[in-house]
Amino acid sequence: MITIKDISKRFGKLQALDKVNLQLHASECIALIGPNGCGKTTLIKIILGMVRPDAGTVLFKGKDVRNEDAYRRQIGYMPQIGRYPEHMTVGQILDMIKGIRSDETALDLELYDQFGMEELLQKKMRTLSGGTTQKVSAVLAFLFRPQVLILDEPTAGLDPVAADLLKEKIIKERNAGRLILITSHILSELEDLVSHVVFLQEGKLMLHKSALALKSDTGANSLAQSIVHLLKNVAT
Amino acid sequence: MIRILKYVVIDIVKNKIIIAYTLMLALFSWSAFGLEDNTAKGLLTVLNLVLLTVPLMSVLFATIYVYNSGEFIELLVSQPVKRSAIWRALFSGLSLSMVMAFLTGVGIPLLVYTDVGTALIMLLSGSLLSVIFVAIAFLSAVIARDKAKGIGVSILLWLYFALLFDGLVLFLFFQFADYPIEKIVVLLSALSPVDLCRILILLRLDVSAMMGYTGAVFKNFFGSNGGLVVSFLLLVLWVIMPFYFSLRRFKKKDL
Repeated sequence: MITIKDISKRFGKLQALDKVNLQLHASECIALIGPNGCGKTTLIKIILGMVRPDAGTVLFKGKDVRNEDAYRRQIGYMPQIGRYPEHMTVGQILDMIKGIRSDETALDLELYDQFGMEELLQKKMRTLSGGTTQKVSAVLAFLFRPQVLILDEPTAGLDPVAADLLKEKIIKERNAGRLILITSHILSELEDLVSHVVFLQEGKLMLHKSALALKSDTGANSLAQSIVHLLKNVAT
Repeated sequence: MIRILKYVVIDIVKNKIIIAYTLMLALFSWSAFGLEDNTAKGLLTVLNLVLLTVPLMSVLFATIYVYNSGEFIELLVSQPVKRSAIWRALFSGLSLSMVMAFLTGVGIPLLVYTDVGTALIMLLSGSLLSVIFVAIAFLSAVIARDKAKGIGVSILLWLYFALLFDGLVLFLFFQFADYPIEKIVVLLSALSPVDLCRILILLRLDVSAMMGYTGAVFKNFFGSNGGLVVSFLLLVLWVIMPFYFSLRRFKKKDL
């Protein structure tokens, strides 16, 4: 569904991404992992068109996304740190995005109800705590039933109950055949979610494997262990 | 775009600074006309207000607003919206608000105290100046990534157009007074929107004598209807060019 071809991006002296090639298919749940600053967020932002790559192309369903915007209708994005206009209320933000994506099918209000958004509608974004802001981001990402979900550290800052609800929702969407791209540092959390693992380091793609293959290769019995194994091996 | 524009305008109109700006303009204009029994003198005071304060407020407010909209832009860029639509909506929203503030603050006293023709030409040039400096603000905000730097660039540009440019032209004029440089001076004035406006309004007020020797040249060139049209077109160009370059740059910007 998403093809990433020879993507390179440099920020000044830092080579954020170096000729990364990836193929991502529907009904996969891919964990994008790697040490801090390895280019995970940059890769996500390039897929979304927020950052322009220096070289290479991103194909969405076979179509180059450069200077396109319509393909983003099929993507739900939850940023690592949701930054919202401070004096807009939650209700205004939801209305505005709904207005922009108006021709979408029936809204998915599951998370909206579970997170009790109804009571927050009048609140200004600036008065919300970090966790509540993340809830708004999550609701927005799932609201339009997108075929692709890109979740950047989705559970960071969420309380355990909300994190659990979100996790269940991710599993549900994965089973419904969506492509899910997820980054997280909480390895244990990825355990029941992930079908594939993509490992980036210093902007280079080190590994792209299914979770099962990774476990058998490293001889570990959990995904978290095999990833730790991987990280240690790369470090040495 | 209209949908985004709606939220931008709602946001700006609620902004206390815009309200204060409108009130300040109104206060100055009413008192300028109220204190002087000579309308022409009052007009000159308002003229200075239009030529100095309006550009400064427009350029500063717009620059700061664009930087503060960073989150708003980021939120929208990840949605199925064209980048140009976001940028245009922001620009239209800001221009609309600045023009509204100007027209409410200065427009009413002008229409009350002066003849319609003078008032209209003054309001038109003031509105154009507002929009031009919003466009300049967009350009400096998109070029400088750092907020403090962007605001600095904006202030410097205002200083250049509002004060320094005039001095430079005057300096050139005195240096080369022995040569026939009137035409060049006319051409040069097209390079500064503030000067274009000043000339237009002074000609309308018929105080071009104040500009002495060049005044005649200006009257020759700008006084005719053709010249009026040309200078307004130049002012419109001053809106389009900075905005166009900022848009081109914004489309390629990493967010």
